[in-house]
Amino acid sequence: MATTTAATPGSIGEARYERNAFIVMLVAMLAMPFVIYPNFAMQLLCFALFACAFNLLIGFGGLLSFGHAMFFGMGSYLSAHAATAWGLPIEVAILVGMATSVVLGAVAGLLAIRRQGIYFAMITLALAQMVYFFCLRAPFTGGENGIQSVPRGKLLGVLDLNQPLPMYYFVLAIFLAAFLLIHRIIHSPFGQVLKAIRENEPRAVSLGYRTERYKLAAFVLSAGLAGLAGATKAIVVGNASLTDVYWAMSGEVVLMTLLGGMGTVFGPVVGAFVIISMQFYLAELGSWVIIAQGIIFVVCVLSFRRGVVGEIEAWLRARRKG
Amino acid sequence: MNTQALFGQLLIGLINGSFYALLSLGLAVIFGLLNIINFAHGAQYMMGAFVAYFLLQRWGLDYWWALVLVPILVGFTGVVVDRLLLSRLKKVGKLDQVYGLLLAAGMWWMLDRAFAGQPIWLAIVPVALWIFLVVSDKRLPPKPDEPDHLYGLLLTFGLALVLEGAFHHQFGSAGLPYSMPDKLQGVQNLGFMFLPNYRGWVIFASLAICLATWFLIERTKLGAYLRAATENPTLVQAFGVNVPRMITLTYGFGVGLAALAGVFAAPIYQVSPQMGSSLIIVVFAVVVIGGMGSIMGSILTGFGLGIIEGLTKYFYPEASSTVIFVIMAIVLLIRPQGLFGQR
Repeated sequence: MATTTAATPGSIGEARYERNAFIVMLVAMLAMPFVIYPNFAMQLLCFALFACAFNLLIGFGGLLSFGHAMFFGMGSYLSAHAATAWGLPIEVAILVGMATSVVLGAVAGLLAIRRQGIYFAMITLALAQMVYFFCLRAPFTGGENGIQSVPRGKLLGVLDLNQPLPMYYFVLAIFLAAFLLIHRIIHSPFGQVLKAIRENEPRAVSLGYRTERYKLAAFVLSAGLAGLAGATKAIVVGNASLTDVYWAMSGEVVLMTLLGGMGTVFGPVVGAFVIISMQFYLAELGSWVIIAQGIIFVVCVLSFRRGVVGEIEAWLRARRKG
Repeated sequence: MNTQALFGQLLIGLINGSFYALLSLGLAVIFGLLNIINFAHGAQYMMGAFVAYFLLQRWGLDYWWALVLVPILVGFTGVVVDRLLLSRLKKVGKLDQVYGLLLAAGMWWMLDRAFAGQPIWLAIVPVALWIFLVVSDKRLPPKPDEPDHLYGLLLTFGLALVLEGAFHHQFGSAGLPYSMPDKLQGVQNLGFMFLPNYRGWVIFASLAICLATWFLIERTKLGAYLRAATENPTLVQAFGVNVPRMITLTYGFGVGLAALAGVFAAPIYQVSPQMGSSLIIVVFAVVVIGGMGSIMGSILTGFGLGIIEGLTKYFYPEASSTVIFVIMAIVLLIRPQGLFGQR
């Protein structure tokens, strides 16, 4: 995926752009529960986090995973199970879900990074399908029914999360922490090596980097953050179901990132907001939503590869030069 | 040990194996020349079953007609997809945004109308379009080291979503029954087990088609051109072979194979919009296990894994849905390039 726009902070102008865009996003997110239904706003944040985690892998590592639903779904199942059956407090339950995804990510990553490109995508898809069958059969997941009515409880035993606003700002805090962590990773030396691998792996190898370790680390990080998104989503929505591990979920996160802009910092957030809103507001149209998603896929690939944010950034860059 | 049940599961395994082999063979042929993993393969298999169903319901053309007509008709749609979408993967321009939208909308319109009780002569429109597209063709395949193949995967994934959604919109998720052809009803007593005629026919016919494809590609002059174009398209083009047309027809052929598998499947499984999506993921695992280097490799892996799956169903049924994925993991650890892969 060498054609994706790299978000390298080359000049002071770009750093300023990133700061300004972040402030705009922050203000919009702080105001969001007063404009739209808070429960829906929380879901938007969870999926935005999922897309950002996915983008870390494809946009900066150049690895197209078609099985990210396994991390999202396992995070969701384990946090729901921990909160319901074990009665753990919500913050611990979310950590349990995330830890599960990290472990799963390490195992899946070890297998998947043995091949590249198309094969990498097919292997992750197949592994995710295996996890799907596991979730269909395993006793704790509740099979077709999933895990229902997950309690929200109190944060650290004080803050009542059954109120929409405290819950929203708790989810926002999780999202922002993960978003800033991803930003930090991208701009760290580790992130630079990842980009080098994406652009030219043989050269990175010849420079002495153990590229498979970097790829595995990126995969595990991405899996863990996707698990965090799933775990939070289970608490927000109050259930974990087979939809979360199904292959269609893997496809959706690819679509969100592609539409928003692969390899841009803010693209996945925009993409997730658009796709999830589309599903929410057009829900009564039934299969038309899937058809529309397919068409968006085709149009993006054929003529809109930089995505919404990628196009805006390219326009800004051209204007600054000209 | 219950031999009756064992052979029964082996038979089901062989049937599944025939589908794995036919589909992974088509994927390998397409990948060889286009460098694209055709994610829409499952949807095209589903289309094959649906078109067979419609030929019977609307126009009274029975199974034997379907065997001939369906691969050709669905293959045509593959040709259109290749010329309209896949061949445009490399060009990215301003106008293309509008063009791509129109294109996708037009394709959806065609699919929607195609099965809504239109007279049969309307089928001439896509056929004429196809002939025009094949004649007006000026493209070379992407070089293998270019990163575009990931976009090919994404594009065909979008296509699969459109197809599945369109059929779901039109027919819902309930399966439609397709009756078995009269001549293939009944059972043979083999002494150690009973073999339903139709199942025997599917195994025999798939094997014959796989071997014929192998012969076509590995032993004929046409196949030699194909293999040469896989190695070095520019050089083959310089020798006066129309490589772009070959690419288009190859995609159409691969899609036709998928559609044929769909016709074979129609009397065994229910005809439903989602019949392709779960199958294609297993076929991807089969492709990873076999590697896409060789045609015979795809055939052997397909049948072999079908048999292994059948045996698992008998000895340890809990693992039967995951055994192929487990084998994939083991193969990746021992021989990452796949059993028959070159690199």
